[in-house]
Amino acid sequence: MSTADQAPSRSWTVRLRKRVSRTVPEGQWLPDRQPAYVRSWIYVFGVATLAALLFVIVSGVVLTVGGATWWHTSSVGHFFNSMHLWSVELFFVFMVIHLWGEFFKAAWRGRRALTWITGAVAFVGSIATAFTGYLSQTNFDSQWISTQAKDGLNSVGVGAVFNVLNTGQMLLWHIMLLPLIVGVIVVTHVILVRRHGVVPPFDAVPPEQTQESPADEVPATPVVAGAADPAVRAR
Amino acid sequence: MSHERGIRRRSDTTPDTHLFPTRPYDLVKEFVIAVVVVGLLTVLLAAVFSSPDRNAITLANWASAAPEDVVATATAELAGTSTSASYGAPYNRAADGQKLGPLPVQRWGSVRIPIDSANDLVITPLSTVTGNPDLTAKLQTWRAATPDQQTTWAVAYSDALAAAPDGDPTKVASGDYGPVPVIATGFLALARSGDLEGLLTSSSTFYVGDESKPLLLLADGAYLEDQARADHLGGDQWGMMNETANYPGQPWMWLYTFWYQVKPFSTSDNADALVWALMAVLTLGLILLPFIPGLRSLPRHLGVHRLIWRNQP
Repeated sequence: MSTADQAPSRSWTVRLRKRVSRTVPEGQWLPDRQPAYVRSWIYVFGVATLAALLFVIVSGVVLTVGGATWWHTSSVGHFFNSMHLWSVELFFVFMVIHLWGEFFKAAWRGRRALTWITGAVAFVGSIATAFTGYLSQTNFDSQWISTQAKDGLNSVGVGAVFNVLNTGQMLLWHIMLLPLIVGVIVVTHVILVRRHGVVPPFDAVPPEQTQESPADEVPATPVVAGAADPAVRAR
Repeated sequence: MSHERGIRRRSDTTPDTHLFPTRPYDLVKEFVIAVVVVGLLTVLLAAVFSSPDRNAITLANWASAAPEDVVATATAELAGTSTSASYGAPYNRAADGQKLGPLPVQRWGSVRIPIDSANDLVITPLSTVTGNPDLTAKLQTWRAATPDQQTTWAVAYSDALAAAPDGDPTKVASGDYGPVPVIATGFLALARSGDLEGLLTSSSTFYVGDESKPLLLLADGAYLEDQARADHLGGDQWGMMNETANYPGQPWMWLYTFWYQVKPFSTSDNADALVWALMAVLTLGLILLPFIPGLRSLPRHLGVHRLIWRNQP
């Protein structure tokens, strides 16, 4: 290998490719093996949450095609509104179970604090997104919720910018702004899960390692640089 | 790297996931199965239970179902005693609004959605009415009067309405109410006609998208809340997380709604600000849980992890 091959590339493409594979090495995106300690139904709820999110998005896109008030006058529109409602309910059920499962595992251990943080922010962001959906129904429910919610938001000065009585503003936040933010956070969360893998049990010792003294579950500073994968560390 | 950061890294001895033995696993297959199962469940729930869609209350509905409430609300707007007229930021400067201790957090939002309840919600829409000389004359009388005189008339009529049987405007005792009775009755007629929504939302623009004014007007009356309470949506009925009929609403907002049911929040004039501040702290606690001593170690002591990792130490 020549010296030129070993020198840092000036190509932005090469640099991006190296950065991506340093973040999540090839094989960790779509792994065909998983740690032997992953043997519980609790692990299903993360992927179930993503599956429900898929149906939230699909039914929401169909409603978007029809327009803001289409579902009031069309039986097809009403059915997709029902799908939207129930997929959102399932999404939250799965997400809350997933969140509790990760809490009981103290899943922030082993440099996974940022994974927990992105998951918690996605949860909060999802609540805000669902809330704007309720405000965008253009029916009695949205009339009541908006006139009640304004008091909470106004009491801390937020209502001056985020006006829940402005249906046009709420609809745009619901179908564009908040889904974009939540989407980016969810993708980041999934990347971090794939990057760091599933947290091991408390005090578990890998084969070929000796038991160290018990430690508090203090996470490392949530930095993205550096991977848990020893192969990546070696680079 | 700081000294503290170095210590923290060393104290977390959780081994790398990739050092443990593995077994075969099909991620794509698991995702496809999850999509199929969740999809079937979603379609089944939608087909069996559908979704609620109670029609919005129009101002004509309101005028038809509770005319005395419309008259009382219009009078309260003129008197400056309605909720919106005496609200404060972001609609007006009629009050300081809610505070967090000494901090006037509501006022900090400033008046960014200016609403003059008497003029924007009542007088201006009524000014478009033609063919009613008596109403036109009384509107001119109203505009020519001083603010104090306007308030005196409107408060007197508001009190008289409250004292009348069922709040019926036709049974109000005689008194000096100036032009207010004619204006309030004219407002009821305008609401009945179905034209009021348009006058409140599109008087200055062709397109409609902001329902702030009609919603504030509707919320100033008692009818909307009466309807909501009948559907178990009141604030003291866990209303924010409920949905019309018996459908699930936003159960994930149970904690936010919970605080409104208990003291000191349920009896405080600053309940909204207090609940929002508390929820902000709790939310921050959830997000930063990995860094909170004691709480971050709680899962180890709770022992629920033994149900997840049955064969582990």
